[in-house]
Amino acid sequence: MRFLRTRLIDLVLVMIGVSILTFLMIRLIPGDAVAIMLGANTEVTADRVAALRGRLGLDQPIWVQYVSWIGGVLGGDLGVSIWTKRPVLDEIIGHVWPTLQLTGLALAIGAGLAVPLGVLMARLRGRGWDVGLQIGSVAGLTIPSFWLGIMLILALTVLAPEWQVLGYVPFSQDPVGNIQRLILPALVLALPILANLARLVRSAMLDALQQDYIRSARARGASETAILFKHALRNALIPFVTSVGIMTGYLLGGAIVVEQVFAIPGLGRLILGAIAERNYPLVQATILVVTFTFVMVNFAVDLLYALIDPRVRT
Amino acid sequence: MSAAVQTAPVRRSVSGLVMVSALAVVILCLLALLAPLIAPYDPLAQSVLARLKGPSAAHWLGTDQFGRDLLSRILHGMRASLGIAAGAVGVALLVGGTLGLLAAYYRGWTERIVMRLMDVIFAFPVMLLAIGIIAMLGPGSGPTAIAIAVVYTPIFARLLRGPALVITTSDYVAGARAIGASDARIIFSHVLPNLASVILVQTSLLLSAAILVEASLSFLGLGTQPPTPSLGMMLSEGRNVLLLSPWAAVFSGMAILIIAFALNLLGDVLRDALDPRLT
Repeated sequence: MRFLRTRLIDLVLVMIGVSILTFLMIRLIPGDAVAIMLGANTEVTADRVAALRGRLGLDQPIWVQYVSWIGGVLGGDLGVSIWTKRPVLDEIIGHVWPTLQLTGLALAIGAGLAVPLGVLMARLRGRGWDVGLQIGSVAGLTIPSFWLGIMLILALTVLAPEWQVLGYVPFSQDPVGNIQRLILPALVLALPILANLARLVRSAMLDALQQDYIRSARARGASETAILFKHALRNALIPFVTSVGIMTGYLLGGAIVVEQVFAIPGLGRLILGAIAERNYPLVQATILVVTFTFVMVNFAVDLLYALIDPRVRT
Repeated sequence: MSAAVQTAPVRRSVSGLVMVSALAVVILCLLALLAPLIAPYDPLAQSVLARLKGPSAAHWLGTDQFGRDLLSRILHGMRASLGIAAGAVGVALLVGGTLGLLAAYYRGWTERIVMRLMDVIFAFPVMLLAIGIIAMLGPGSGPTAIAIAVVYTPIFARLLRGPALVITTSDYVAGARAIGASDARIIFSHVLPNLASVILVQTSLLLSAAILVEASLSFLGLGTQPPTPSLGMMLSEGRNVLLLSPWAAVFSGMAILIIAFALNLLGDVLRDALDPRLT
């Protein structure tokens, strides 16, 4: 219980901090943010500046602005888009599904393949294998996702021109087309976390296989499969779960780039479009929503961690 | 984790890989530094006649849609990328490292406030925060460097606080204090030297990551602005002519990969060589 309480206090403090930093974004823009925003789309006049400043509440004391903004956020009001005048929340909801699906699929591929791959890698011992696996995993970590994506698009355009690579169709409309379009971006996005997690599973397995309880299990006559999967893998899962939480941050950020490569109309496209037209309230709200999601995922992972490993509960 | 002392796990003798990756990093840095001297052409010189050509004797890697020499542009792009990454990681190390050491050394409120602030910055997904900072400051290489420095500051602060805490509470620091050593002396001659290997490994790994972030941002059009050559921007321009001539996209991406790979491998093998406990 004490564990839960301290984690909850941490969570609230971090969220307040994140909201303050995100809130300050527009206020820290060098120069007159309102004039800069207007300059993207219309002629800047004193009247328009004053009107927009009033609409965004920028003419009030800063703490009043924060309190009214955070009050709105808690009530589900993220403000209105300065150009379309649509609620920002609607814009985000309109773009959230492709991103969620892409990151979810990438996470499933990366984490799902990492376990068998890591176990397999743990069985390959010896100097040649060690060096080969090290080079392979470093390559997996450092291949730029956008480059790999473009190369795959190029390869498919030449080899399989009928394959639909770009864009997005909702799963409900066309399940096959949906998966067909998402599988490549998801693979590209998943590669670094696959490399990272598979390696982690391998070293945790190797570590676990050195332990006394494995030797006892072996002495009792447990089969090699049982030792690998039942005893060693269980131990390896603990660092694995923590890493998966951290990886979501990479996935949510990496999705912005991968969406751009594969023309997927997700949150990445939304935020880049918003930056191009200097729609700061929309940029701010998207960052806030995605970061809160990331923080919540890590909170859930911490709880899960405590569930798997009773030692951390105290 | 469990601290059972057992027969040592297979120790790799990695000195060969350390040498190879260190050599690769040195060569890449030299190529980048010497780009203005060794690049065969002016990276901005256009040629209407030599547009979108493949590799040839005159242009080893081919030319882009304006007939600019790809090899020259890639060398200059590497220079820009490495410069931004090194500057940003250097600032992050300086600021984050100082904050982490101060937190570990003074404890109490200093530690609580500093580490809370670091937690908050760390709570943002890296790319998202970097994009947010550039949205505020406007696109360009300067803002890109600032953005990368900010997102990596908490990593150094967290990384150095832990070991610094162990060292500051150790007997030999207590001894140094007992004989009247000043705070600064303890930090610089006792705490920092013991952290050198951790710093070296992490700096190398983060440089690799920073290269990828910088290239991503340039690819999105938020980083280095044209006409200054940058690898990410070249890749993005190359994508537009991908089916006509894939060379710009192929080679600029490979350049990013090679730099990021060499730096990451160096950090990785150094970690194995310097401290087998940190895996």
